[in-house]
Amino acid sequence: MSDTPAIHAHQFDDPVQQHEASWLGMWVFLATEVMFFGGMFLGYMFYRSAYPQGFASASDRLDIWLGTINTAVLICSSFTMALAVRAGQIGQNRLVMIFLCLTIVLGTLFLGIKFTEYYQKFEERLVPGNDFRFEGALVSSAEIFFSFYFAMTGMHAVHMIIGVSLLTALIVKTSRGRFSATYNTPIELVGLYWHFVDIVWIFLFPLLYLVGRHLG
Amino acid sequence: MFGSNLPLFPDQASTLAPRVDALLYFLLAVSVFFSLLISISIVAFAIKYRRRSDSERPPLILGSLGLEIFWTAVPLAITMVIFVWGAKLFFVSFYPPPNALEINVVAKQWMWKVQHPEGKSEIDELHIPAGQAVKLLLTSQDVIHDFFVPAFRVKKDVLPGRYTTLWFEASKPGTYHLFCAQYCGTQHSGMVGRIIVMEPLAYATWVGGGGTGGSTAAAGEKLFQTLGCATCHLPNDTGRGPSLEGLMGKTVALQGGKSVTADENYVRESILEPRAKIVRGYQPIMPIFKGSVSEEGVLQIISYIKTLTPQAGAQGKK
Amino acid sequence: MNDSVPERRVHYLNVSYGLKSWLLTTDHKRIAWLYLVSVTFFFFIGGLFATLIRIELLTPQGDLVQAETYNKLFTMHGVTMIFFFLIPSIPAVLGNFLIPLMIGARDLAFPRLNLASWYLYIIGGLFTLVAAAAGGVDTGWTFYTPYSSIYSNTHVALTVVGIFVTGFSSILTGLNFVVTVHTMRAPGMGWFRLPLFVWSHYATSIIFILGTPVIAITLTLVALERLFRLGIFNPELGGDPLLFQHLFWFYSHPAVYIMILPAMGVISELITCFSRKRIFGYGFVAFSSLAIAVLGFLVWGHHMFVSGQSVYAGLIFSVLSMLVAIPSAIKVFNWTATLYKGSISYDAPMLYALGFIGLFTIGGLTGLFLAALGVDVHVHDTYFVIAHFHYIMVGSSVMAYLGGIHFWWPKMTGRRYPEVLARLAALIIFLGFNLTFFPQFVLGYLGMPRRYHVYPPEFQVLNVLSTAGASILAVGYVLPLIYLIWSLRYSPVAGMNPWKARGLEWQTPSPPPTDNFEVTPVVVQEAYAYDVLDEPEVIYAPEKAAHV
Repeated sequence: MSDTPAIHAHQFDDPVQQHEASWLGMWVFLATEVMFFGGMFLGYMFYRSAYPQGFASASDRLDIWLGTINTAVLICSSFTMALAVRAGQIGQNRLVMIFLCLTIVLGTLFLGIKFTEYYQKFEERLVPGNDFRFEGALVSSAEIFFSFYFAMTGMHAVHMIIGVSLLTALIVKTSRGRFSATYNTPIELVGLYWHFVDIVWIFLFPLLYLVGRHLG
Repeated sequence: MFGSNLPLFPDQASTLAPRVDALLYFLLAVSVFFSLLISISIVAFAIKYRRRSDSERPPLILGSLGLEIFWTAVPLAITMVIFVWGAKLFFVSFYPPPNALEINVVAKQWMWKVQHPEGKSEIDELHIPAGQAVKLLLTSQDVIHDFFVPAFRVKKDVLPGRYTTLWFEASKPGTYHLFCAQYCGTQHSGMVGRIIVMEPLAYATWVGGGGTGGSTAAAGEKLFQTLGCATCHLPNDTGRGPSLEGLMGKTVALQGGKSVTADENYVRESILEPRAKIVRGYQPIMPIFKGSVSEEGVLQIISYIKTLTPQAGAQGKK
Repeated sequence: MNDSVPERRVHYLNVSYGLKSWLLTTDHKRIAWLYLVSVTFFFFIGGLFATLIRIELLTPQGDLVQAETYNKLFTMHGVTMIFFFLIPSIPAVLGNFLIPLMIGARDLAFPRLNLASWYLYIIGGLFTLVAAAAGGVDTGWTFYTPYSSIYSNTHVALTVVGIFVTGFSSILTGLNFVVTVHTMRAPGMGWFRLPLFVWSHYATSIIFILGTPVIAITLTLVALERLFRLGIFNPELGGDPLLFQHLFWFYSHPAVYIMILPAMGVISELITCFSRKRIFGYGFVAFSSLAIAVLGFLVWGHHMFVSGQSVYAGLIFSVLSMLVAIPSAIKVFNWTATLYKGSISYDAPMLYALGFIGLFTIGGLTGLFLAALGVDVHVHDTYFVIAHFHYIMVGSSVMAYLGGIHFWWPKMTGRRYPEVLARLAALIIFLGFNLTFFPQFVLGYLGMPRRYHVYPPEFQVLNVLSTAGASILAVGYVLPLIYLIWSLRYSPVAGMNPWKARGLEWQTPSPPPTDNFEVTPVVVQEAYAYDVLDEPEVIYAPEKAAHV
């Protein structure tokens, strides 16, 4: 009946309907992710406007170089991801695997740098909780800043880890010849997810790392 | 076994209560009208149009734009009336009149601690005079509580870390329920008390009848001295800290360009977290008094500051 | 295709047997049954807590249980009923079963995701049951901080993890519904031919998708605050307890529309079938569902009028709350107008539907009391609020759920149910419900606060009335449990369309085959085309044959 394995799932009438449904499904899912992160962004904005000095001096303690490098790393990974999607669309499976690998490398590099930063913060006693140390009177607002820092970047990191797992699964599937120019939807959709996680970081970086910079 | 009376409507014991009840009656009338309209229509249609044979073919009726507009516009109009009426009442209940008698209340699990300005304090009871506006300054030592007097139709959450206010004017002497109306833990339903409304003369006798230690403001002055506030907050802006005469209600210019209207919350924050807002032209050197003074103490200091009026001829920095 | 000998015909129930075929199914109809059994279980658990509460409240003193136990009872009652019964009930049971059938599809867009939704729901439920068994939670289902984040000594983190996990069940179900309705409608099924049941589930799904993630992150922050002593909502550490309330209610208000919109969809189906008439004002009812979903996101602050938020916030939320009442009113008028000149029968589903309209009208109108600022100050956090939301959630949603279960029971099982008993149960529920909750309006205005374990003695008579009503209500709920199970074996076999209803689900055998339709239908009539009952609803174009 079908020439390529699983040309479309049984609930769909044709591959076009399946592609449309999958694509819409991923966008709806990303909408839920916007709301999920949005709650934390809202909380962050609220406290930042209440404690501008506390947030500025706490933000100063973040390593802006590591943060900038990470931003560059992630943007590059979105580029390699886009190249992977493009390769998938023209059926170049070898290129797909190369670009997916590069994306994983960059994603893992990001996570490595992130966890280095976390470790540094742990050593500096800047992890909120009973062991938090911050000199000066702004200790409460600094602790709130770091609560949001860890919650938001932590949640982002969880999404990165999930993304890397998805990319790995994609590489395995590509190596088994599951994708072609006529069917490469999973690559496209993981691409969407990856770009979204990148965009979240684009917002996180200035909000967390660049708070006090304009105050000089 | 059962209570001998079956109350169906609460006492009206404040000037606000009849006004709230008037809106209630309007809402009841609207509700009864529409409930009856719909239920009677349903019953009437269900009977009149009951199926008599399986071959019945009801007419094709798709709708009516006119009816839709009508039954959108009418509820809209009615709800807007309710909104405006309710909003007006809300404004009245939100803002106390200027001559209100101020009483401090500190809530904690699971009791109400009341402090009269003349110095008398009570637990789980509040004596007040009839015919006099009373403003309560409320705060909590732990979780969120809520000060609720059904007979007055007033209610306000009581928060840790800040003040909320509530005002009423009792119209009728008597004893009325006080309930905590925000779930606050194990003995939430035990956090009840009595509001005892007295004739003004009786109240004056009662409140004058000796609390120990004098008035709240006097207690506040004592704290002002013992905690060292007086060392920096000298009159006429001559000290290391700004003067506090006439502070309440004044607009205070802050470092960083913003300004704030000095109210009880501002003063409390300035005592417990002085670095949160620095007055323009001053250094952030005020010690942090969090942990060194209780909520009652802060309220007493605020009462004292309210008594500080500017000296004639004082200049002061702006 | 005749279905006179159902045990020979293959359909979704007998196509395979065994626990694995059920626990690993991807058939939306079987998943609906998985949900039906689970939500019924949680309903009776929540009902057990309610029973204990009402017994305790027979007397003004606290004599049945200790204060701490009572606080856990009302918390667990709320958590169980809201997250594990009301939110999933109609969408996950009836929505899952019917949406593909109603639009002429073979299944939802993502069947495996659908099964994952059920497992997430079960895992979340297990967390909460474990928390209950380990001693329960006593924060109220609203988890206000700082009580929940710092002061409570109960299993808050465990419970909120359970709610978090179950929340993802909702999100995935909403995602599935939206994609399905957009992309998998049968030929001829335009948006404005969709049954209103589908419209209302679409609107509900928007709320699932946009609202649920916010409660997820909010409860996560509460759990983190408990576990790591963060200061986000703790005023001692610079946090703001009101921020929690805003974040919490941003979801939890739209959540109540999750609980009522699907019910409204059921009512539209029942009213039209049992009046044999087209719905009056189809477009208005459809768009009212969307309006409720959108406006529902803008009114959360009406839970916070006395919280210490500014008076201007109060004004904005009050006026918006008035506006959100309007589309509900429009629906009530349209349903009533549908009855006009109809051909009305009194089958049990219709009794539930008619009861719904009356009780929803009362419940909705009492919402206006709460939206009116001046009155809300008095009745906030009293039994008035409890009465209001039970009129909507129990008097309306649960009745719509039961009406829907009865209506589609023949389709789901191939059996009828005992009609006389069903009508009796509907009547008992209606009477029991009103006796339980109407006195609570009076109690609330008198000033009896919520969540009170003991109360002043003058409130006793009304409490006794309420408990008496609850005992009648309980009988009403147990009856369908018994006779519906009984009917699976002993009731007469149902035909394809025992109600002679319009709707694609009635154009396929009862119970349906696994792929729903032997041949993909092509829709040629408008929704609820009862005026042309003699004309076919669908045609079958051979080139649109279902994928084999």
